[in-house]
Amino acid sequence: MDSTVTTVAEENVWGGGNNKPLGASYGKMMIWFFIVSDSLTFAGFLVAYGFARFKFADSWIIADEVFTHVPFFHGSYPMYYVAFMTFVLIISSVTMVLAVDAGHRMDKKKTTWYMFLTVLGGLVFIGSQAWEWATFIKGDYGALETKGGRIIQFQAADTGERLALKDFAKTIPGERVNHERKNGVWYYGDKALPSYSLNEVIEGVKADPNVVVRVEQLTERGEKTVLSREDSVKKLDEAVMVVEGANLIHNEYGNRLFADLFFFITGFHGFHVSMGIMLNIIVFFNVLLGTYEKRGHYEMVEKVGLYWHFVDLVWVFVFTFFYLV
Amino acid sequence: MAQEHKLAIFRGRWKFKSNIQKIWGVLILLSVITAIEVILGIIKPESLVHSHFLGMKLLNWIFIILTIVKAYYIAWDFMHLRDEKTSFRRIIVWTPVFLISYIIFIMLFEADYIYNVLKDSFIAWNF
Repeated sequence: MDSTVTTVAEENVWGGGNNKPLGASYGKMMIWFFIVSDSLTFAGFLVAYGFARFKFADSWIIADEVFTHVPFFHGSYPMYYVAFMTFVLIISSVTMVLAVDAGHRMDKKKTTWYMFLTVLGGLVFIGSQAWEWATFIKGDYGALETKGGRIIQFQAADTGERLALKDFAKTIPGERVNHERKNGVWYYGDKALPSYSLNEVIEGVKADPNVVVRVEQLTERGEKTVLSREDSVKKLDEAVMVVEGANLIHNEYGNRLFADLFFFITGFHGFHVSMGIMLNIIVFFNVLLGTYEKRGHYEMVEKVGLYWHFVDLVWVFVFTFFYLV
Repeated sequence: MAQEHKLAIFRGRWKFKSNIQKIWGVLILLSVITAIEVILGIIKPESLVHSHFLGMKLLNWIFIILTIVKAYYIAWDFMHLRDEKTSFRRIIVWTPVFLISYIIFIMLFEADYIYNVLKDSFIAWNF
């Protein structure tokens, strides 16, 4: 029994006392164990994405066609904005590690500044992600969905450019209008109607010989299959509804699992970033108030830093598997 | 909290004078890798997209390897794993590496099997 009795002063026991297995303090070891377990959670999610992707290997979404927007710019710029987001997160990781370094040298002023910049980087990242989500939810071109949940998209036969529903859909008067809550007493509104009804889209395709259908199936070269004009018109018989944008049930870009996993994984990561920002703000104020100065060491900056770097680490993988591969 | 930092990367081939210099050096390295990834992702060179290794595009292999390289430098230099005791580092790194490799193997194998079931058997899913 003697061997289990700690000889350090009572108030130090909570911090693990002076026993430092593997040369790491209690708090640092625990944050590392948390990171290990959290990395397994993220790995589980990303592997689930891989599972869905391998299962639908010949019809999966081409990410370059989905994330093509940059704020304040029109046109198609795949990748640029996510690359910017990745860079912002790496930079905020660097300011964090500089804060840890300044903390080791007990430099309160520099630690404060670097913590502030880290928080700023985190906010820019989370704002970018919110914008990315909003763009993804709003949708791009619009599409039709078949009974089996497959997506039918449209493009011009001559140029091969994608066509939005508004480019060719007919306006047929006398169609149903969206019932809003203000129009009824006991009827509480209905789902938002798409901009065009199924009939309007189908009639539009039939009237314009330049519109052809793209289906989810990939060709040998890894591009979406484009049907001939005849097959395109025939394919319309399978359509049951108009889809604009993406949510957890419908996804105009293609396989709905892509949208589900996108929301789930980037959402879970964004949640981690938000928590990281909160922790960083708390540490920032503690540095400012001199808490760690009084404690004699800035280890808390290092521990929160480890979490923040982990969030960056996860993003590196999310970036690869959602946007690059 | 005087802590010693190992100030060399690339197995000692690139040495730094101080910890701060090392941080900026690693940032440059990570930025260059990210830039290569983005450029490859935009250009998509024909030769890499249409050649395969173990059933995956060569380009995707490059992306995954570069990602792991990036992860290595984030963990080793930003998270100071380079300065931890070897035994501690091994516990942290090899446990998830083993478990994650295993789940990747079984899940992707299973997914490929389901892909073949959907493709070859009498299940209609594309209607």
